[in-house]
Amino acid sequence: MKIAVCVKQIPDPNTPYELDAETHFVVRPQEQVLDDTDRYGVELALQIAEAGDAEIVLVSMGPTGSLQGIRQALAMGADRAIVVDDAALRGSGALPTAKVLAAAIGPEGPDLVITGTESTDGYTGVVPQQLAELLGLPALTFARKIEIGDGSLRIERQTADGYDVVECPLPAVVSVTSGAVEPRYPTFKGIMAAKQKPIDQPSLGDLGVSPESVGVGGSRQTITGVRPAPAREAGRLVTDEGEAYLEIVKILEETKVI
Amino acid sequence: MQTWVFTDEAGATSTALEILTKARSFDGDLAVVYAGPASDDTVAALGSHGASRVFHIDPGDALPAAGVTAALGDLVAEHGPDLLLFGQGYTDRDVAGRLSARLDRPVLAGAVDIAVEGGGVRVMNEILGGTTIVETAFDGEGPWIAIVRPKSFAAEPGGEAAPEVVPVAMPEPGPATIVERHEEPATGPKLEEANIVVSGGRGMGTEEAFGGIEELAGLLGAAVGATRAVVDAGWVPYSLQVGQTGKTVKPGVYVALGISGAMQHAVGMKDAGTIISVNKDEEAPIFGISDLGIVGDVHKILPQLLEALKARG
Repeated sequence: MKIAVCVKQIPDPNTPYELDAETHFVVRPQEQVLDDTDRYGVELALQIAEAGDAEIVLVSMGPTGSLQGIRQALAMGADRAIVVDDAALRGSGALPTAKVLAAAIGPEGPDLVITGTESTDGYTGVVPQQLAELLGLPALTFARKIEIGDGSLRIERQTADGYDVVECPLPAVVSVTSGAVEPRYPTFKGIMAAKQKPIDQPSLGDLGVSPESVGVGGSRQTITGVRPAPAREAGRLVTDEGEAYLEIVKILEETKVI
Repeated sequence: MQTWVFTDEAGATSTALEILTKARSFDGDLAVVYAGPASDDTVAALGSHGASRVFHIDPGDALPAAGVTAALGDLVAEHGPDLLLFGQGYTDRDVAGRLSARLDRPVLAGAVDIAVEGGGVRVMNEILGGTTIVETAFDGEGPWIAIVRPKSFAAEPGGEAAPEVVPVAMPEPGPATIVERHEEPATGPKLEEANIVVSGGRGMGTEEAFGGIEELAGLLGAAVGATRAVVDAGWVPYSLQVGQTGKTVKPGVYVALGISGAMQHAVGMKDAGTIISVNKDEEAPIFGISDLGIVGDVHKILPQLLEALKARG
């Protein structure tokens, strides 16, 4: 079985993001990290591979920089990676991203495509579904538990009031919510092995994607304004010296909560 | 301007009614695409909020995304709507994403406002923790697709109560089937509707300590919320996540314990009436939006608070 796992390198979410004054795009540093939520997809793939036999291919689109984030996922145990970085991709919205991922994944013919539900930097949360539509596959989305059967996939899908059990035959796309599995930390051996693992870096031309269908033009949206939102005023800041909880009691009384 | 509002099996949700209310202000025709079981109440509520037509697709036990998208794609080709608006529910996001790929049209997510002017549409988003508003215009031909955040508009009735219902067939249900449905009994008020929300973040330290959040919520009659970090740690389900792609809450009082106030969380709660927060780091961004911020150890303050509240009976 072959599993493709979509992963993304993002600016470290613990540092404040900056917008480029001219383009209004997020400034992407040379050193990017693996989106934390992608570790769940990688872990899920590893667990499936350990229970049976599977090749795990990471697929990523975006500025490669130092490839640090991709190496993180390889160090967890994935076999190889395909990373698409092309100057023409700059400014790509969700749909161009899905098109590039689909073009990279399609020829691999995976049995299962695993994604997160949304990236920590972009947060559009529609790429898994767009990818599935482009690949002509079902997408079992918002999975909090996953079982692979004989040629089939069964998940618990998060709903507003609980969960549904959903089944479909493979091949399929599955998007996993955080917490579906417990991601492992890379071992020293894994980190060393990751340095030797192949990272294929095809161009858009190699994938047969036209530059017009991606980037700013292909995204068919233009940022027409950026302005500060109405700010909320900060109130009182109290340092606890043993009795600050009484301040909370007082404000709960004032707001008639108690 | 022909605007369609999509709503999934949840029917006439508060978000659907909010979006309809906003869409009434756009000149032109307003319809709803409802993908769920037949329901007269749903149709009436959608009509009373401005829908003149309801296209009804019943996905039955099929996972809606693929089949509904195919049927909706055909409907779009037939009627040529200009703007398709979705809420942020799970099936909403599934159909919006698939439809965007099927029609080869962009989708703008996280909209907090929409402006229609001169035949064009602009979408407003909050980024960087709600401190910055970005305005994005669709280029090229429609239909344009946007996903709207809950509570972006106030829902108000206004319109005919009896819209025309147009049944729409779903000829290709797709291979994914719902084989079981489970409702998880929830205690206390619903997170999106609660007047008081008590949320915990990674600063709570452990799943056991997070139990204190649940206890406080119980004492205050509040709903429990959480940050993405807590959801990632598996302490609470994804459905309790407050933030950018989680729930948006606007309670009267929001209590944030062990929450730093990272951008994606703040966006989901910054419009609460009164925000009370406890964090050990005095530089935590949550204090910048709190009415009362306490710099201290939540593991000391929360037990004291629980004791004091219990003592009041």
